[in-house]
Amino acid sequence: MKILVCISSVPDTTSKINFTADKTAFDKNGIQWVINPLDEFALTKAVKLQESQGAVVTVLNVGEALTEPVIRKALAIGANEGIRINADPKDSFSVAKEIANVAQTGGYDLILCGKESIDYNGGAVPGMVAQLLNQPFVNACVGLEVNGGEVTAVREIDGGKETISVKLPAVIAGQKGMVDEKDLIIPNMRGIMSARTKPLHIQEATGSEVKVHGVSYDSVPARAAVKMVTPDNLDELVRLLHEEAKVF
Amino acid sequence: MAVFVYAENINGVYKKAAFEAVSYAKAVAEKTGETVTAISVNPTDSSDLLYKYGAEKVINIKDEGLKNFSAKAYAQAVSEVADGNVLVFPHTTDASSVAPMLAIMKNYSLITNVLEAPESISPFQVKRRAFSGKGFMHAKADTQGVIVTVSQNAFGVKENTVSGTEEVKNLTVTNEDTKVLSHEQSSGKLDLKEAEIVVSAGRGMKGPENWGMIEELANVLGAATACSKPVSDIGWRPHSEHVGQTGKAIAPNLYIAVGISGAIQHLAGVNSSKTIVVINSDAEAPFYKSADYGVVGDAFQIIPELTAKIKALKG
Repeated sequence: MKILVCISSVPDTTSKINFTADKTAFDKNGIQWVINPLDEFALTKAVKLQESQGAVVTVLNVGEALTEPVIRKALAIGANEGIRINADPKDSFSVAKEIANVAQTGGYDLILCGKESIDYNGGAVPGMVAQLLNQPFVNACVGLEVNGGEVTAVREIDGGKETISVKLPAVIAGQKGMVDEKDLIIPNMRGIMSARTKPLHIQEATGSEVKVHGVSYDSVPARAAVKMVTPDNLDELVRLLHEEAKVF
Repeated sequence: MAVFVYAENINGVYKKAAFEAVSYAKAVAEKTGETVTAISVNPTDSSDLLYKYGAEKVINIKDEGLKNFSAKAYAQAVSEVADGNVLVFPHTTDASSVAPMLAIMKNYSLITNVLEAPESISPFQVKRRAFSGKGFMHAKADTQGVIVTVSQNAFGVKENTVSGTEEVKNLTVTNEDTKVLSHEQSSGKLDLKEAEIVVSAGRGMKGPENWGMIEELANVLGAATACSKPVSDIGWRPHSEHVGQTGKAIAPNLYIAVGISGAIQHLAGVNSSKTIVVINSDAEAPFYKSADYGVVGDAFQIIPELTAKIKALKG
């Protein structure tokens, strides 16, 4: 079984987000880059399938050379090989086209991704890849088992969950629950050392069309100073919420 | 031409997000001088509910093959009836699964998580959520056709009653790739992303056995309950209640955070809330800097008292 795990390199979750002075781009200065946390659930699931079913796991990133440490980390976590498509990712469509291109030639049984990246929050790449490949797509997956030529996936729905069986090949976008947070793999020294010798293939991008451009960016406006209420004056809090904020 | 909107229903009943998406489509249509056509799959609710928010036409797709949700099959069905240049979807779990597939089918641009009415129509430019709520992006589509998904509780539901017509479209879409084995819908529980008020709690509650008072406060307010990441990681509360950067992003009118210190990752998921109340025993909790109202004190005393006072106010 061949699994392709698509990962995105994103600012660490503790990062403060700043934009350039002209507000036309994200300011990358001082940013630590990590594997998109939602992709990490998918990667861990793939490595578990590698252990239990002998799957071969390829990790794929569309990015410039600065994303390689993140790909190496994915290899240290347990992926067998890495592919970097040499491109500055511009929008969901162009990234999805590059991924679909690799997937088409690689003959993967299962494509796993996080349901969205925590930077641009498009949540569009997995579904676009599925459609480009004409494969079924399961989003917001919180449980996954492989049974021969199909998978049993548990997907989150608004206000509940649904268990479905899906024929392979398929594209599945995961989130927390696909594996538990405590089961996420922290690379050990052996993993880090072996990652150095695992193949990392670099392919030039096909240069797909870009359909959506980020024209400008804004920071979140600051709130007015907090109004403090003492615990012995909760009547005042209720009054403020009722009369000032008018929330109930 | 028309602005098309996908009116999502659950078991035939329209979601609040569907009304918000129709309201958004109406705002777009007012800018383009077009009408709004809503598309729904196997609804049982009356189309009058969609006319109320500005849909002049409702196309009800009837298909037994679409009884169970499949992103691919639903995208195929919507693709067969939607032919406007602007297609509006709610940013719900299901609709945001369909939209990317449809964008590829129709060769349209896709802009997700939009917050406001478009800044311009041609080219289509709109403000959207980015960086998990730590910033905003003004995104421009380079194609004439565009699909947007509207972030829940961002644009709001706006009544705009029109007289509409209904058309039933019988389709037969094949859905051979996926099969539903079981479906669990929590009954009587408010959907967290749709809730106007959310009561959320963190490790300060000391244990899952203490959540009764949080649920009681939520109950009095007609609110949904949520939790911080550590709480769902330990298993005190289900993953589905985790709000934050790697959980759900929400934008209720009122967010009450109890015993949550306010890590940057938590704030990312909740700072779109219109009003934030923070209750914490630690006066130095960073969350107060992002709150509208704060109380420093023992949640175990404050929450029952606050619940009683709100109950009394509501009679």
